[in-house]
Amino acid sequence: MSSAPAGVASQTEPPRTPFWRADWARGALWQALLLSAFVWLMWAAIDNASVNMRARGVPTDFGFWNRPAGFDINQTLVPFTSAGSTYGRAFTVGLLNTLLVAFFGIIIASVLGFLIGIARLSRNWMVARLATIYVEVIRNTPLLLQLLFWYNAVLAPLPNPRQSVELPGNIYLNNRGLFVPEPLFGVGFDWTLWALGIAIIASYAVKRYAARLRVETTKRLPVGAIAFGLIIGLPALAFLLAGAPLSWSTPELRGFNFNGGVRIFPEFVALLLGLSLYTAAFIAEIVRAGVLSVSHGQSEAASALGLPRGRLLRLVVIPQAMRVIIPPLTNQYLNLTKNSSLAVFIGYPDLVQVFAGTVLNQTGAAVQVISITMAVYLVISLVTSAGMNLYNRRMALAER
Amino acid sequence: MSDMASPVSSARQVSVRQDIVPRTFVRSQVSPDLPPPLAVGGVIGWMRDNLFSSVLTSSLTLLSIAFLIWALPDLVRWLFIDAIWSAPDGDACRAPGAGACWAYVNAKLEFFAYGSYPRDMVWRVDLTLLIGAGLAAWLLWPSAKHKAAALVLFLVVYPVIAFHLLHGLGPGLRATLSLLADLFGSKPLADVAANSLPVVGTNLWGGVFVSLLVATVGIVVSLPLGVLLALGRRSKAPVARFLCVMLIEIVRGVPLITVLFMANTMLPLFVPEQWSPDRLMRPLIGVALFASVYMAEVVRGGLQAVPKGQFEGAMALGMSWWAMMRLIILPQALTIVIPGVVNSFIALFKDTTLVAIVGIFDFLRAVDTARLDPVWAGPTISATGYVFAATFYFVFCFGMSRYSMMMERRLTRGRSH
Repeated sequence: MSSAPAGVASQTEPPRTPFWRADWARGALWQALLLSAFVWLMWAAIDNASVNMRARGVPTDFGFWNRPAGFDINQTLVPFTSAGSTYGRAFTVGLLNTLLVAFFGIIIASVLGFLIGIARLSRNWMVARLATIYVEVIRNTPLLLQLLFWYNAVLAPLPNPRQSVELPGNIYLNNRGLFVPEPLFGVGFDWTLWALGIAIIASYAVKRYAARLRVETTKRLPVGAIAFGLIIGLPALAFLLAGAPLSWSTPELRGFNFNGGVRIFPEFVALLLGLSLYTAAFIAEIVRAGVLSVSHGQSEAASALGLPRGRLLRLVVIPQAMRVIIPPLTNQYLNLTKNSSLAVFIGYPDLVQVFAGTVLNQTGAAVQVISITMAVYLVISLVTSAGMNLYNRRMALAER
Repeated sequence: MSDMASPVSSARQVSVRQDIVPRTFVRSQVSPDLPPPLAVGGVIGWMRDNLFSSVLTSSLTLLSIAFLIWALPDLVRWLFIDAIWSAPDGDACRAPGAGACWAYVNAKLEFFAYGSYPRDMVWRVDLTLLIGAGLAAWLLWPSAKHKAAALVLFLVVYPVIAFHLLHGLGPGLRATLSLLADLFGSKPLADVAANSLPVVGTNLWGGVFVSLLVATVGIVVSLPLGVLLALGRRSKAPVARFLCVMLIEIVRGVPLITVLFMANTMLPLFVPEQWSPDRLMRPLIGVALFASVYMAEVVRGGLQAVPKGQFEGAMALGMSWWAMMRLIILPQALTIVIPGVVNSFIALFKDTTLVAIVGIFDFLRAVDTARLDPVWAGPTISATGYVFAATFYFVFCFGMSRYSMMMERRLTRGRSH
């Protein structure tokens, strides 16, 4: 039908490809087919979903968001009552709990991971071997198994509150959780915080001044010691001047349970422990690979210039290793955040357990609830990777 | 070193002057090396180098030894010496001071392996696993012949056989088969339709074989689908690239649990009522999708690592896009990413434990359920079960990683210089 113009053209200019054999035309055809297949699939899915949802009496809107939830959550960072709080509030509680465990998990996993990664590189045979065993055992068993182990095999058989395990610093561990002293801040404690803020800014200023001084006069200031003194000393001074406005509410055994202090639920302890120990093994491998990626010539050259070992590590090896370490490290932080969804197996009230579990079961609004849950994780992931891309671009520019 | 060189040089000097002084004593052989000083070689030297080279190292060594003395004896006692190896029920294991209760693992072994699969038909599971193991060994054995045939058997024939063995043919399939037999007048087809094994519903499936099934399906689907998605992501066609990027980034950005929830609750809504997938099929789809997008990223890394000259060379030879990919690019790209592929297989195998959230009775779920059995319940039962499960997963995952290291060495042997 439309081949007529092409036929005419080929008579006047012989060696011209007919358009149905041209690359662009074939590409366009394939893409059009793909696009229409995709659109058809989407349309069919939405059509089926609306038919099926109506047939099953499942809500199709977000009206449930403001209806009262009517269930209880044991660990809440914001006030939540089964009588008055809405499903939307339950979402907030779950999201905050996820972020809480992810925040502390990332801190513990980083510290542990760096230590173990360095231990694996140690010239001490025994330390390196122990670190290797740790990494291999943790990495080759499922996280879920480790979580269940901590929760059911370690924390559950703990004694009841009367026979609590007593840890130094008025900390008690029993089958109801971990009881730690709670800090009570008095009037004037905000001075200490202000002092801390000022100390941090002052340290930064000292660092910049020291850098300029070194370039101009080659004089070296002990920046680390000065900053340490500022950050510890200034808040301590403010704290003492304000009359030490801090007291502790220690947990005490009253009858069958503890009064005072903060109760950390065993679910939280198990999840935090499992996530940080698991992620630490992966971080250790990243750190090891990062340090090994710095070529030997770099540290040899630094030694030849007479840098002592501490400064060699701080100025030559670590900055170059960090460039390799940070992108996969960010990935591990994201993995930890996503893995915190395994909370649902041990009953820690995170986003998935509260929202995609209880709320979904009560409202039946599967499509809406799952979409919102996925969107939350997706936003966290995309924001982090956007930040990572920015960082990478800066690092790549600094390289050459 | 200098004391090794001197006898040689003096011997040479002497041999030159031999005609002048004929009867001098000359040692004709190099004197044997003395053993190195005790502090350098041998066990003590090794310990000085590797355990006590400085104050810090020595204190770390002592700390490690202290840790081992603190942990190891208790661990060995709990695992082996105080362990209960055989008992009719949980009484012996509940006694104070008892270690791991291996008797419980022994009693529950069938449940761990097959779940609630009818006990008189577990030969069907065994046979399926045996065929699968045989085919896998054929595929993985480095110097085996006819791997293409093994691949076809594994990917096309084996799933059919496995479905027939594990599930059996339902009435609908059986009717279709006999209809086909009538149509073609085929005797063997009619036989199959008439003598099919009784159906065992997926609600009875459980244990190790379900874990292996989920992992196998994930691996078998994710490799080709991952390659396709990676090619799509690298393609110049904007629609294909956009769709692939969207799928990959969305699925990679969310936890597997939410994908499983979606497969379980949303998938049945998206298809017509009569097509609603089986309860085991839904998590299988979820796991396969999840594994595919991670595989796609691994393969993409390999595609990016193939030098541009390879693409240009293939194009200069006038190859079509598919021929170029199949014959030139993918073989190189996939060789580069073998470690990454195995890593994602290991991750997938560990992730199969999550299917328990949608009610699938995998191995870990079986272990986690069996510990509640009142006949056995006791303080050490949970730990025993988990240690057993951990050993199982460790053997598989560690074995996979060692196999990939070996293959990597073999494949890069001719390339390194």
